Amino acid sequence: MRDMSTHTSPSGPPPRGIAEPPRLPREQMLRVHELMLEGRVLEERLIRMQRQGEGYFWIGGPGEEAFNTVLGLLVKKGRGVDYDYLHLHYRSSATLLAMGAPSIDALRQMHNTATDPYSRGRNFVGHFSKREWNVTPVSSPIEVQYAIAIGTGLAQRRHGGDGLTIVQGGDAGTAEGDFASSLVWASRPGSELPMLIIVTNNQWGISTAASTQHGEKLIADRGKAFGMRTATCDGNDVEASWQALSEAMAYVRQTRKPFVLEAFVSRLYGHSSSSGSNYVSEEIDCLVELEKVLERRGWRSAGECKAMREDIEARMQGWYKQVLSEPHPKPEDAFDFVFADRNIVGES
Amino acid sequence: MATVVQAVRMALHVGEAKLGVTDIFGEDVGPPLGGVFTASQGLKTAWNSPLDERGIVGAAIGLALAGQRPVAEIQFCDYAYNTIDLLKIAGNTYWASAGDWNVPMTLMTPVGAGIHGSIYHSHSFDAQATRIPGWKIVMPSNPRDAYGLLLSAMSEPNPVMVLLPKALMRARAETPDEMIPGEPEDARELRQRIDAPIGDRSGWEPDWPDTALERIPFGKATILREGNDVSVVTYGRLARVAMKAADQLRESEGISCEVVDLRSLHPYDWDAILASVRKTGRVLFLNEDTEITNFGEHLVRRTCDALFGELRIAPRLHAGAHLPGVGLADALEDASVPTLESTLAAMREAARAPEVGRSKRDVPVVVKKKPAFDFTLDPRELGTPIVTREVFGRSLRYRG
Repeated sequence: MRDMSTHTSPSGPPPRGIAEPPRLPREQMLRVHELMLEGRVLEERLIRMQRQGEGYFWIGGPGEEAFNTVLGLLVKKGRGVDYDYLHLHYRSSATLLAMGAPSIDALRQMHNTATDPYSRGRNFVGHFSKREWNVTPVSSPIEVQYAIAIGTGLAQRRHGGDGLTIVQGGDAGTAEGDFASSLVWASRPGSELPMLIIVTNNQWGISTAASTQHGEKLIADRGKAFGMRTATCDGNDVEASWQALSEAMAYVRQTRKPFVLEAFVSRLYGHSSSSGSNYVSEEIDCLVELEKVLERRGWRSAGECKAMREDIEARMQGWYKQVLSEPHPKPEDAFDFVFADRNIVGES
Repeated sequence: MATVVQAVRMALHVGEAKLGVTDIFGEDVGPPLGGVFTASQGLKTAWNSPLDERGIVGAAIGLALAGQRPVAEIQFCDYAYNTIDLLKIAGNTYWASAGDWNVPMTLMTPVGAGIHGSIYHSHSFDAQATRIPGWKIVMPSNPRDAYGLLLSAMSEPNPVMVLLPKALMRARAETPDEMIPGEPEDARELRQRIDAPIGDRSGWEPDWPDTALERIPFGKATILREGNDVSVVTYGRLARVAMKAADQLRESEGISCEVVDLRSLHPYDWDAILASVRKTGRVLFLNEDTEITNFGEHLVRRTCDALFGELRIAPRLHAGAHLPGVGLADALEDASVPTLESTLAAMREAARAPEVGRSKRDVPVVVKKKPAFDFTLDPRELGTPIVTREVFGRSLRYRG
């Protein structure tokens, strides 16, 4: 069980940003809100599906929507070394949605249907893969993406251009050696890599508080020992996330050097369905915070937000019903895709 | 006439010149050393990595995903154990993403005993490697196979592991068939053309011979010796040992052994195994990895499934002892992995054992002479007596 009394960051409360971040234009904020809302409704539907026996396991990213939505909107989306590579983790649904992935595909993966475009019923929900957008396959180990990202960074360093490699994981995974590998390899003298190394710090590893395991004040500080630019941001704040990500991305695109960005986020439904997946009211809810801002600025009222939520929930219900009618894989499908017969990734 | 390591180097040159290889990398792989076995001297795309095996495998996966064609090296397979979950990811990416991403990477690593490498430079990796689905796995026993299998690896859309028997790195072709098409016959000429000079090599460039782009397909075994009395199915360093043993047994005892060199462990040439075992009715699987959950055990099981009624004796496995390491001293290494002497004994016994159904027991012939090596320590030092028991016809000794 989670003990909220231990819920503090190693250095006290998460930094909230030294200065007020610049305001985003109204239309941009409304678009972010719409995406975050769909992301939240999606995750809540996925949780319900697991509880109803329509999926075996839930894991996802409610609480990371502000930061992850902004990330998805700022990505240079496309295929190949001219575009950004994304090595994400299993809390990245809002990033995919912001990039344009339909919610129904996440429902398909939850229900392990044959129509699941990410794994055809082979993998847990949130384990995305989309070569068309350089989204490399998400796998359950929480650290391996930091080692694999080195390779796309190497390819992009050689290629030039302004495409970068984005790798993201949680705070607990940084205890693994692969995080250190990414710091070492990204900062080899004269061979620095265009990598944006992101840690979304929710201060938990399943049931273990980061404050009981990590002596470093900030995970981002580890980048400083390698001569890297680093920053932290309030990942629950859309505008702070926008500013931090924009600056970090611009730095990596222009200098072709690595950057470590640590974003403080919430974990609103616990680790996964295995830990109950109940709403944690003690943590900051980035969606609630954004809706307060929108109302305060007179851009979207509470009533409008409620109506929008109901509309998205109705659409989600339709997609959910459709997914329930779609076929599951057949036993013989297990034997597909063991070996490739052509070099797909090598095709231009 | 190339050594195995020169064959590897020439294949890597063809890889970067003609097959689109973009990166040949690992610890000490690039200049000035060009690999601890010299496998990557003089190559244009060779570079040194940090001393970080997980980083090496991760980088290779990422390079492959980005459309590059990497060849990564783990300096000794003994140091690949901390990469197992990344090897698993390389093997499952195509499957897990349902065909969205393939991983065209090659991983080379020296394997096995035979050079007095002690505990961390003597281990085998074939049992581990064959337990990671999604990889193609090869293990050459001569320069021609090393060259041709590596060319196939660098042309593959899938991850390929090339296990190089380190004790064979300096071995040369024993027959014209084992020579590389296009290589100079004169070993000295080849050495002068492609081996980096001692000392300052900053201005040196290799003069690559025009070797042919002739691949050896995966999943095709080769028959090193033809015979009728017993089949020996093997690969890597022990393929050479089995050849020598077969020659000795033929000359001195009139025993006719067929030696099948699998070359590929996955996919493997089941048809070749079937054909040979059907012919002889007796089979010995031979490799140097530890014997429990050994790849040869899988082949024993499959042989039983397919050929039980046709076998004249129970299929046998001669493999490394299930010990935590390969010891440095001669006696310890010889006690840990098959030797020429133990292989001769195993092949002789398999050839001469009474046939199933014609004898009271299907057991190996008990060798009367003192065994070449002793698995036990001196009991006087331990103060415990040695107990001898007959188990399935074998005389086993253990401390009581």
